[in-house]
Amino acid sequence: MAAMGSLLAGLVFGFGLLVSGMANPNKVLGFLDLAGAWDPSLALVMAGAIAVGAVAFAVARQRTTSFLGLDMKLPLARPIDTRLVAGSLLFGIGWGVVGLCPGPALVALGAGQFKALVFVLAMLAGMGLFELLERRQSDGASKAAASSP
Amino acid sequence: MNIAWNAFTPWHALAGGVLIGIAAAMFVLLNGRIAGISGVLGGLLSPAKGDIAWRLAFVGGLVISPALYTLFFDAPLIQIDAGLGALVLGGLLVGVGTRYGAGCTSGHGVCGLSRLSLRSLVATLGFMGSGFATVFVIRHVLGV
Repeated sequence: MAAMGSLLAGLVFGFGLLVSGMANPNKVLGFLDLAGAWDPSLALVMAGAIAVGAVAFAVARQRTTSFLGLDMKLPLARPIDTRLVAGSLLFGIGWGVVGLCPGPALVALGAGQFKALVFVLAMLAGMGLFELLERRQSDGASKAAASSP
Repeated sequence: MNIAWNAFTPWHALAGGVLIGIAAAMFVLLNGRIAGISGVLGGLLSPAKGDIAWRLAFVGGLVISPALYTLFFDAPLIQIDAGLGALVLGGLLVGVGTRYGAGCTSGHGVCGLSRLSLRSLVATLGFMGSGFATVFVIRHVLGV
């Protein structure tokens, strides 16, 4: 059931990106180019999505389980830290270089764009690098904890 | 500021945005989770038991959406100007950055702002700011 809900949500999400033009990196770069001929479309995409999302999350906040009976797994409040800021800044640079973020990259891949395949493989490599570094760090931390008196 | 009125598509943008909002709503109300695409995808690289099918289904839905879309509408315009080197560099930065920053445009930008998360607001201002700066440098300083 969770997988069916996911598939449907993924499809609707993809349609949203296609209808809004956000699966097209050229259009996204038109938004990011403030000093050029600026295309404000992306701001309206965010506004439309947040208007609907705000209602959904207000409902979700009141519940401990989803309508399918699954645990409600909303993020816990965490502090704003260096990882959040540095990670977001790095992401923005990559976004600005190509005009693709993860969702549109997957949609462009599905549309048969070879360049999107290159981008998605590099993105997965980046995510894999993160996993490696995280594991090494947690191994290091547990070894340090084991060796401390 | 010079607005590109010929490129601006307000109604399509709003309609597509509403669809994205509906998708995020479905995801949280049915599955109880945040529709953050970098998180859903990244979680597949260190999968926990029982945690794979819904992730693959969501990614699969995104990937097959263009095929389904073109059954009803004209094929969407997708223009990627970046060269191979830029694609690899950009992909790596997006992969590492979204995982360290714990989210991307969907998780922080749409879901996070929808639930009034201060962390997500900081993240969104961060990646939008560095996105604006990057495009400024590439187009107006380097003149590429």
